Amino acid sequence: MAHVPAIEEAAAPRVMAGRSPWRRLQRFLLAWPGLARLGVIALLFGVWEIAARFYVDKMFLSPPSSVFTSLHTVFMTPGVPAALRITFFELSVAFVLSIAIGLTVGLSVGLNRFAHRSFMPIILLLYGTPQVTILPLFILYFGIGPASKIAFGVTHGMFPIMVTVIAGVQNIKPILLTSAKSMGASRWHIFRWVIFPHMIPSFFSGMRLAMTGALLGVLLAELYVSTAGIGYFTTLFTQNFDPTKLLGLISMLAAMAIALNELVRRAEVRFSRWRSA
Amino acid sequence: MSGQADRDRGRWAGRAVQALFLIALISLWALATSWGHVSPILLPDPLAVLHELIDVLKSGEFVGDLRVTLTELAAAFAISMTTGTIVGYLVSRSPYAIKVFEPLMAGAYSIPIILFLPLYVLFFGLGPPSKIALGATISFFPIALNTIAGFGYIDKILTVSARSMGASNYQLFRWVLLPAAFPVILTGLRMGFTVALLAILGSETIASLAGLGHRIVHLAESMDMARMFAYITFVVLIAAFLNAAVSRLEARGKR
Repeated sequence: MAHVPAIEEAAAPRVMAGRSPWRRLQRFLLAWPGLARLGVIALLFGVWEIAARFYVDKMFLSPPSSVFTSLHTVFMTPGVPAALRITFFELSVAFVLSIAIGLTVGLSVGLNRFAHRSFMPIILLLYGTPQVTILPLFILYFGIGPASKIAFGVTHGMFPIMVTVIAGVQNIKPILLTSAKSMGASRWHIFRWVIFPHMIPSFFSGMRLAMTGALLGVLLAELYVSTAGIGYFTTLFTQNFDPTKLLGLISMLAAMAIALNELVRRAEVRFSRWRSA
Repeated sequence: MSGQADRDRGRWAGRAVQALFLIALISLWALATSWGHVSPILLPDPLAVLHELIDVLKSGEFVGDLRVTLTELAAAFAISMTTGTIVGYLVSRSPYAIKVFEPLMAGAYSIPIILFLPLYVLFFGLGPPSKIALGATISFFPIALNTIAGFGYIDKILTVSARSMGASNYQLFRWVLLPAAFPVILTGLRMGFTVALLAILGSETIASLAGLGHRIVHLAESMDMARMFAYITFVVLIAAFLNAAVSRLEARGKR
């Protein structure tokens, strides 16, 4: 480590006297980090393209240009649109069930001190165990169809919601509850106007974690065994040494994951706004 | 005084409920298998599982699989720890680089990287290398992101005052930057370890030649349910032990 610059050194775009185009470009990039970010992405794709075209066997890797120009052939493969639909369906059901179960358990454990003391350690213990070890059991109990994927997604999705809802409910300042009670609020009123708004921000960060978790669970189960979902097609493309289609399918799913994540994150920002206002 | 007594009583009551919950679960399990009409193929009875577990432990049959899994875990974590902290440190040196790279890494972190398992198997084969690569990729992001958070958002007053008192580059790093960032990095390392363990068990379950995940799948496919439950118990205990050990280390390092 030759040089540790002081923290502020590159912080603000320094006013540069030079008029050379290079300096101007530098200043422009400093003002717009987003562009540099796009540049990094483009660079990564460039490396991938060059590696795939000149260095790596075509059986294993295909360049991004051919992956993206042949995305439609992935869709043309019989069964792929249905597989994407099935996976999306499994994910949505798993997500909704995780929210329902997580919210119910979270509220009933979080709002009761005794239940909290008794069951919180159990919930944390279950949350911490690697559930992949029981994946074969889920297939055995729920079959190789969508049911096992949904069930496995739910086991991954419900715990983050429980834990964050419990934390959100517990973090309410007692003075708020006491003052609401002393001003004559009913249980329902306290829930609706004190507990609920306090729970919302942590609930939404729980939802984001639950989305990631449910997606992970569904994909794990899909990859483990699948008859019609995307797991079936990733196996098929891998065994046929068809990296173009495999990469196409994977990038579509990755795009779906990023989009869903962004959606939930936007909602989180939107619903946490009351706190800063 | 009475508050303290109340709290003690509450804690014992909580413990009692936990014990009762466990007992109820196991007796329900035993009842379902002995008197209920649950087929032993779906749910073996708890005593048989216990026998198998003792047999597995006594015969030492687990050693080979455990060694494979732990070696993969160690290799994956070693890779992600070095690359994650180094990349994180380099990025954190400039606020501009943080602005460029942090959103990229956070975005990549939100992709379920398990999706790339078929690709990794294509590149690295069915053996340990594909598991190591996947585990390292998955655990790289929390480690790098936490290293950036640790080094990147240090109170400027600290660095400026250390500098004005004449600290050298090394002194600044050793006595200001590192102590300030260390707890955050430790949290990242703990998160990385947990997800690496998950990734390795998961990829062993999906496609592998050896390892604990592979053993469970093998037993499931040969319908040897009691032994499979014994192995599941074994793996869950190992994972709980590893996670507890890492959390303990994290807590000690933060002191």
